[in-house]
Amino acid sequence: MKNRWVLFVPLAIMGLLFGAFVYRLVTPAETLIQSQWIDKPMPLFDLPPATVGVQGLKSSQLADGRPRLVNVFASWCIPCRAEAPQLEALKAAGVPIDGIAIRDRPDDVAMFLREYGNPFDRIGSDMQSSVQIALGSSGVPETFLIDGKGIIREQIQGVILADQVPGIIAKLEAMK
Amino acid sequence: MIAELGLALLWMAAALACLSLVAGTLFLRGGSRDLAALVRPASVAQGVLTAAAFGLLIALFVRSDMSVELVARNSNSLKPMIFKIAGTWGNHEGSMLLWLMILSLSGALIAIFERRLREDTLVATLAAQAALSLGFFAFLLFSSNPFNRLPVAPPDGQGLNPLLQDIGLAFHPPTLYVGYVGLSVAFSFAVGALITREIGPAFARAMRPWVLGSWIFLTLGITAGSYWAYYELGWGGWWFWDPVENVSLIPWLAGAALLHSVAVTATRNALRAWTVMLAVIGFSMSMVGTFIVRSGLLTSVHSFAVDPERGTFLLALMAIYIGGALTLFALRAGSVAEGKKFALLSREGSLVINNLLLTTILALVLLGTLYPIVAEAMGEKISVGPPYYNKVAGPLALALCLVMVTGPLLSWRKDDGRKLWSRLPLAAFAGALVLVLLVIFGGKVGILPLLGMTVAGVVAVASLAPLWGRNLLRTPLPTWGMVVAHFGVAVCLAGMGAESAFIKERLVAAAPGDVVKVGDFSVKFVGVKPIAGPNYTAIEGLLVATTSSGSSFAMRPEARTFPGLMGTAPTETNEAALLTRPGGQLYAVLGQPVPSDDGTADRYQIRLWWKPLVWWIWLGGALIAIGATLSMLGRAQLLAIWRARRARKAQERFAP
Repeated sequence: MKNRWVLFVPLAIMGLLFGAFVYRLVTPAETLIQSQWIDKPMPLFDLPPATVGVQGLKSSQLADGRPRLVNVFASWCIPCRAEAPQLEALKAAGVPIDGIAIRDRPDDVAMFLREYGNPFDRIGSDMQSSVQIALGSSGVPETFLIDGKGIIREQIQGVILADQVPGIIAKLEAMK
Repeated sequence: MIAELGLALLWMAAALACLSLVAGTLFLRGGSRDLAALVRPASVAQGVLTAAAFGLLIALFVRSDMSVELVARNSNSLKPMIFKIAGTWGNHEGSMLLWLMILSLSGALIAIFERRLREDTLVATLAAQAALSLGFFAFLLFSSNPFNRLPVAPPDGQGLNPLLQDIGLAFHPPTLYVGYVGLSVAFSFAVGALITREIGPAFARAMRPWVLGSWIFLTLGITAGSYWAYYELGWGGWWFWDPVENVSLIPWLAGAALLHSVAVTATRNALRAWTVMLAVIGFSMSMVGTFIVRSGLLTSVHSFAVDPERGTFLLALMAIYIGGALTLFALRAGSVAEGKKFALLSREGSLVINNLLLTTILALVLLGTLYPIVAEAMGEKISVGPPYYNKVAGPLALALCLVMVTGPLLSWRKDDGRKLWSRLPLAAFAGALVLVLLVIFGGKVGILPLLGMTVAGVVAVASLAPLWGRNLLRTPLPTWGMVVAHFGVAVCLAGMGAESAFIKERLVAAAPGDVVKVGDFSVKFVGVKPIAGPNYTAIEGLLVATTSSGSSFAMRPEARTFPGLMGTAPTETNEAALLTRPGGQLYAVLGQPVPSDDGTADRYQIRLWWKPLVWWIWLGGALIAIGATLSMLGRAQLLAIWRARRARKAQERFAP
């Protein structure tokens, strides 16, 4: 064997490999997939009213200077019912909330609002899920924190839990 | 009592591993021969005790003893018996015990059967095997005790992932494990031979049947796993380049390289350092693969949600074993004298090219599998998918197949190529014929499938060439093995090429009575009916597929719902219906119902694929395994031993 150092090459490669493993083990795994829409303006949309007696929702309306929530929901979504009390609590604390109803029928939306309350200023009807897809939202319910300029600052996937309410209020307060 | 007994057996087996290691080491450092005499029986006893412990764990699962934590978490009294048994290894602790049992049994088998090696090399090998098992005993006993009792037994268990409740999958992990862990024998042989510096044909011949044996199981495991993914996941694909598939492919590639290079060492006493290194790499890759899967480094269906502490333990263990073996290699391999020389145009020459190609493919697959981890360390999130693998591994694999054409037709040491040139034209003609037919009748075919099918034609003919002009009855078994295995590669390659090139797919929302055309079939959707299985409910669709020649076949795809046990959510799986025809398979999946607006009967999403020659892929895999088995039987010289024994008996009978 002319060059004995060649024999150490496998050991060196193994060392590099294990270095990567150690690095990966000590860095905590990220379980949350960051939305690509964070810190970007809301996509453009203009949704008709979701039922009788409510206003539709336009993306331009989200840039009126007041930080707000946009809640993606549906009357057929069981977890959304569990979320209703938390939205009411946020509403009571003075947080403006807009809704986007996904693939929903006007009668069903009206029934949902009657039964679980209506915390929404406006509710747009997204019949084809097109806005939902544009937002990169993968299910219902999801909630977006929008600052006063219509820019998405945070995406909450799934039901807002009661202990998250004060944090959301504080975050929206801070955006003012 | 069963659980406590099992734990006690594990501790005793660990103590025996300790004994083998200490006695073996003392003997090798100049101790008495009495020490060496301890090692064989200790290894056998360790194997028996560990197997008994595993048997007791199975017994606990069979009895649904919910006071044992592992059973409560992974089994359920309502499960069919076969899946209760399979549940034993369908979880982290149980699979680690299975791993350990195979490791210990391998040691026991070496102790019982290996008579060709020098005694000190054998003792070193067994000591190395004991050292390997000792680390995994520590891992099992200190951080993954499968026999742990619960303070209070729950009324029933939490069940097993419904996807895993499939007869094929029940036996897929044990098969792969035998393959993975079987490579530990080659690893220990390499370490043993490095310690005693006995690296030569005797060592290679002793190691060869073990390499072949574990490689057979790896081949079967990968083939079965691919078929399972094909019919159970309902996606219709047979290879996804999923990290977990890759980590089974990597040891397989290492094993393939090893069993070819070990042939060179055994026959020609060349490539010695290289063979030793491959033997170390093979089992190292098995361990790295298991570690990647288990530690959650890469998320996948196969990760049993392991805490980081266990990951660190496994990593430390592997660093000791692989690092130790590679250090030993670096220090000792330099003193291994270079083997015999050979010309490039020779059997050895083509086997060297084979090895270089195989290890390059191995490195590329490993790189693709680990790249996301490395990239993330640099702050980038990336996933590596089929386009990368197909592009880099595909052409190399085809080149490898071409080497496979020439290699077996060359003689050892030096060849004038006469046999090669006389037999090659027919193979080349077969390839050209396939190519011409494809270009004329095939329509638009991708370049890789086109080349794949052409090369398959060449290899199919060339793989049979070593048999020409030979007395088939007198052809040695290993030659038959090589021919069958290489022919299997051609069959597999043809299947892959044809499936990728000519697949037909339809996705429709069909109402009962609708007819869908796919390939040569018209498929009529008759309707659906609810059915109940042993632990699930399902909607079963009835499809009638009619060929252009008029024969009809019923197909019954199912959408199954497994109830959530102990408050977990219900799980849905799709059971595809497969119709196997000589020309391929028709694959049907029943999807979601599509409610109709006008009150008529619901329509159903139905996905249909016509996959030409797809079953050749697994047939090829089976042929490769059969070929390797023939070769192993020949190499293990079972026949020779049997003949010798018979001859001896005959002599004794006539002795005065």
